[in-house]
Amino acid sequence: MGLLTDLRDSISRVVDRLFSESEPKRIGIYGPPNAGKTTLANRIARDWTGDAIGPESHIPHETRRARRKENVEIERNGKKVTIDIVDTPGVTTKVDYKEFLDHDMEKEDAVRRSREATEGVAEAMHWLREDVDGVVYVLDSTKDPISQVNTMLIGIIESQDLPVLIFANKIDLEDANVERISNAYPQHETVELSALEGENMDEVYAKIAEYFA
Amino acid sequence: MPEATTSENGSGGVQIDLFSGSRMASLTSMEKIRLILDGVRDGNIVILEEGLSPDEESKLIEVTMAEISPDEFNGIEIETYPRSQAADQSFLDRLMGRQSTQKLTVIGPANQIQTLHKDENLISALVSRK
Repeated sequence: MGLLTDLRDSISRVVDRLFSESEPKRIGIYGPPNAGKTTLANRIARDWTGDAIGPESHIPHETRRARRKENVEIERNGKKVTIDIVDTPGVTTKVDYKEFLDHDMEKEDAVRRSREATEGVAEAMHWLREDVDGVVYVLDSTKDPISQVNTMLIGIIESQDLPVLIFANKIDLEDANVERISNAYPQHETVELSALEGENMDEVYAKIAEYFA
Repeated sequence: MPEATTSENGSGGVQIDLFSGSRMASLTSMEKIRLILDGVRDGNIVILEEGLSPDEESKLIEVTMAEISPDEFNGIEIETYPRSQAADQSFLDRLMGRQSTQKLTVIGPANQIQTLHKDENLISALVSRK
């Protein structure tokens, strides 16, 4: 692709965003499996609309379809933003149904779950390439943030010029290490929280209103 | 770097295919993904001298998911050196959304390759036979 075509596409993306200010922003909640994406999506949706988005579980790949909650109005510090929250399946490069057998699941159910999980990951990648205006990237702050999936996904998000906030979740757990996450991705702002316990949600909403407004 | 292919021997060893940047540059995105997945599904370790673009990585994940099949193919393990905070990108590259893709990338079957250690200078992996 030539330089002029690149420049034209880049300007076109900026212009599209400038002229779509009044539309709700579709904010994709991304991250690896079991980072707490649905817990966060439910927390935001309950706080601002009273409804939840989907079921939460400690079993990986509980979310196997992207789920959307539309017209969530968030207001903090004089800034207001209307977003459509898109809760996406956890992204991975591998799915083995045998992992689900450890969670007291019959083989037939485990195979079906793994099939749905693979479809869900593909759908999440498609949303990322085509249909989101910004990303909240959720990480489990008790785990090593420099996994291949995380570095690849953040690279993909950056290549799309999407605004991204990194949420260091699960700070209520003893092993949480937020600094490890902010050191791993210093080019992006990291906000710590516990979506489960509702810790630091004021700052979470302030950052969402500031970044995506 | 020269392109090298080590053929699988009859003793059940692991084949490693090392693709040069110039070889990959002549392929379309889908040809690259097909080349990688065909090799990995045969149980080979594929090493790319210059890696994939973010868009190609995204498509690789998507196509991999479509091909996962119980008891047959569980997906891929992929490793690159962590990027050093995008500091190596020029202003124009960032403006245009271009990223340097020159990063050695190792891809293998998820059930045969296990990463032992990874930092900006070293990827250490354990590879087992099928």
